[in-house]
Amino acid sequence: MSTPLATPKLNWFSQIANPGRFLAWSKPIIVPLAVATALVFAVGLWFAFFNSPADYQMGDTVRIMYIHVPTAWLSQFVYATMFFSAIGTLVWRHPLADVSAKAAAPMGAAFTAMALFTGALWGRPTWGTFWEWDGRMTSTLILLLIYLGIIALWRTFEDQLRAARVIAVVTLVGAINIPIIKFSVDWWNTLHQPTSVLRLDGPTMPGSILTPLLVMTLAFTLLFITLHVQRMRTEILRRRVSTLERQRVMMAES
Amino acid sequence: MIALGQHADFIIWAYAGVTLGTLALIGVVIVQARMVNARLKTLEAQGIRRRSGRSA
Repeated sequence: MSTPLATPKLNWFSQIANPGRFLAWSKPIIVPLAVATALVFAVGLWFAFFNSPADYQMGDTVRIMYIHVPTAWLSQFVYATMFFSAIGTLVWRHPLADVSAKAAAPMGAAFTAMALFTGALWGRPTWGTFWEWDGRMTSTLILLLIYLGIIALWRTFEDQLRAARVIAVVTLVGAINIPIIKFSVDWWNTLHQPTSVLRLDGPTMPGSILTPLLVMTLAFTLLFITLHVQRMRTEILRRRVSTLERQRVMMAES
Repeated sequence: MIALGQHADFIIWAYAGVTLGTLALIGVVIVQARMVNARLKTLEAQGIRRRSGRSA
């Protein structure tokens, strides 16, 4: 008579790393996250259009900032997510790290494209040009190209575990661009204004403009978190489908 | 709705573009999730299950 083996107690790190457990705990949080995202967007848009003044210099085009700054912030936040996922892949071989990196890349590209698009539409009436090859804009365009390169790499490899290690190295190398974007406005003479929110001496704008900016940034960040969790779930299930399809072929052959 | 001033076109285009991009992103995420779930269900209906026997 056989006795069932006792399941070893997993430490917290193993628990996080287990894709099955991730699928279990992430399922009930998707809908609340989506609802919270929608609510914060509603509040943010209300502030952006009905409860914030026109800027004394920019006029109403300041309202473009309420979608430009959050998408620009996400273009770097998503890369940071991929950066830490890459470390998780290379150092700990964390099974969810490469899933996280793969799930994030297309969203990073989308938010970077939106930041460039809204920046151009703000620049035309404010600076008189849609585009200028200055430090901030050029380094952000390079970020978009890095994202597109990483997405292409994911599609190049059949073996996704091997792809994860190669792409993790590329992601770490590409991360050099993030401080370049951040400090480009300090290092080079640029059209883009310097840092105005995250400053040691506090934001340089009044609360009436800072509030919609922060609420919209929270809304976009929640959107990314919701979509990222969902995309990770889809990627885990997609790998499961691949395994089952291989299993089916093996069953058919035997 | 407030008046958007002399540069209203730029503001409307910016919001329209981001709204379209965001909705497209959400749409793609939902469609991909449904496709993978449907494929998984089809395989399981054919009796092909993971060796560990767990289902998602």
